[in-house]
Amino acid sequence: MLPFFPQMAQLGIGAADLAAALLFLYGLHRMSSPVTAPSGIFVAGGGMAVAVLASFLYAFGVSEAAKPNLMVNLVLVLVALVLGGGAAWWSGRKVAMTAMPQMVAIYNGMGGGAAAAIAAVELFGGKAVGMVALVVTLVGALIGAVSLSGSLIAWAKLDSVINKPLRFKGQQVFNALVLLATLAVGAYLVAAAQDKSLLVLAIPASIYLFFACALVLGIVMTLPIGGADMPVVISIFNAFTGLAVGLEGYVLQNPALMIAGMVVGAAGMLLTLLMAKAMNRSVANVVFTNFGEVAKHKQSTIKGSLKPMQAGDAGIAMRYASSVIIVPGYGLAVAQGQGKLYEFVKLLQAGGVSVKFAVHPVAGRMPGQMDVLLAEAGVPYDMIFQLEDINDQFSSTDVALVIGANDVVNPAARSDKASPIFGMPILNVDMAKKVFVVKRGEGKGYAGIVNALFYGENCDMVYGDAQAVLIKMIEAVRGLGLPTVT
Amino acid sequence: MDFQISISGFVALYVFMLAGFAGWVIIGRVPAILHTPLMSGSNFVHGIVVVGGIYALLNASSLQEQVIGFFAVLLGAGNAAGGYAVTDRMLAMFKTSEHTPTHVKSGRVKSIHAKKQ
Repeated sequence: MLPFFPQMAQLGIGAADLAAALLFLYGLHRMSSPVTAPSGIFVAGGGMAVAVLASFLYAFGVSEAAKPNLMVNLVLVLVALVLGGGAAWWSGRKVAMTAMPQMVAIYNGMGGGAAAAIAAVELFGGKAVGMVALVVTLVGALIGAVSLSGSLIAWAKLDSVINKPLRFKGQQVFNALVLLATLAVGAYLVAAAQDKSLLVLAIPASIYLFFACALVLGIVMTLPIGGADMPVVISIFNAFTGLAVGLEGYVLQNPALMIAGMVVGAAGMLLTLLMAKAMNRSVANVVFTNFGEVAKHKQSTIKGSLKPMQAGDAGIAMRYASSVIIVPGYGLAVAQGQGKLYEFVKLLQAGGVSVKFAVHPVAGRMPGQMDVLLAEAGVPYDMIFQLEDINDQFSSTDVALVIGANDVVNPAARSDKASPIFGMPILNVDMAKKVFVVKRGEGKGYAGIVNALFYGENCDMVYGDAQAVLIKMIEAVRGLGLPTVT
Repeated sequence: MDFQISISGFVALYVFMLAGFAGWVIIGRVPAILHTPLMSGSNFVHGIVVVGGIYALLNASSLQEQVIGFFAVLLGAGNAAGGYAVTDRMLAMFKTSEHTPTHVKSGRVKSIHAKKQ
């Protein structure tokens, strides 16, 4: 091969990675507004394409030991790209919008797994030379492996493969021991690399042990966490994968990986903090405490009773109201009711009713899930309002319609100091003149506490599956045969 | 000419610090309504790990390294392709009232179209 080829290849890779880093940042920047966001992901996609294509230039600079395998390796790269990329693309195109949280969890776990696998190649091949490189490789491997197994558990929970949080006595101690064991094996690997006389367990066996511990850690960390805490958990693992990618980027001396990884790491951390804040809990509280168990406390007594109402009557009442605010929750997603909901809303609008949507930051199973579902149904985003923008409008609204949401509208968060959700920002639904709550049954919300809203003078309960209830409401309003406003 | 990149010690920390800050600032401005696409979008961005996987697999010199490297590329490619597919799908759904004529606004939308013609 010509002698200057490796240099040209390096130049090509360097330039492509630089371009990719810029395109990622610019693409993410464009994603900060719904208007420019679709072009943002396209720009970032361009960055990815450039970086992946340029990475084939690595073929010109492979190490002497790998040269005999080069052709096989190139074929393997192509097969892996087509298989992995193709399968994920196909599933990403087909997945239902309501299943988006578990899909993102899976893709995120794949990224973490890839980072851990790169670290494994470096470790087994003895390529991470020097203490700093070795430590960084190990930390990246740990975070990546935790993200892989943790995301898989998160997926299983979101996809209802695992239905109950698994909790047992001394769980925190057990988890801490697993973490310590992982760190100990890692420390041993570093020490053994510095001083061969310390060798007690063969290096490859120790590496296997290290990854096994890290994977177990991800599993036991995620198992006790309940469904409603998933927005925080998904954000954390997103940040973890970003960090792992950034660290492996350092080991491979690839600035594109370092930059992209750290940008995502920081973004994921910010989102994690936002989600935790919206629940009025610290991140540590979400990860390390079992929420359900904390909820055993003295309930303040609630006056009043639950007043059931027929879906049709509630629908007609809203048709005659002048303003309605709708609060969607996870129950709407479970019932796949978003399409029917917008159909109902259009009926109300045709009758001249002013309709708005109020979305709580942690409604659903991942940050912003409700916004996506409403968008899928065709709801224009200028009808969707966030908590701080709409909260003082409830008191001047005729009807607040709560569909499949519970804890995020519980006034105890405002008034009851003994409540476990006290201090959490909530939607002030109880201040509306009339409240309709669409709910599957009389069960409690995720936090396991009674919702005083439901017992309020102004609140009626409409029991049933959200989609079935909405269909009845639509029929009832259509049955009125009222003229539409144009 | 040598274009070998070498990032070590404090230079690496500077890169991490600046990139982290950029991520924090850029994401901090994203409205809550876009949090899901943002999350899957940033999820897509860390799919760049596939490039590291390709490097590791091309430099694999043993069967063990080839197997693990293969999985690195497989998983990384899945991360990137899947992340792009779902983000693109979600973002295409976000529309303003102007683009989705409702009964209330249909008159207004029609007049806009009429002007264009």
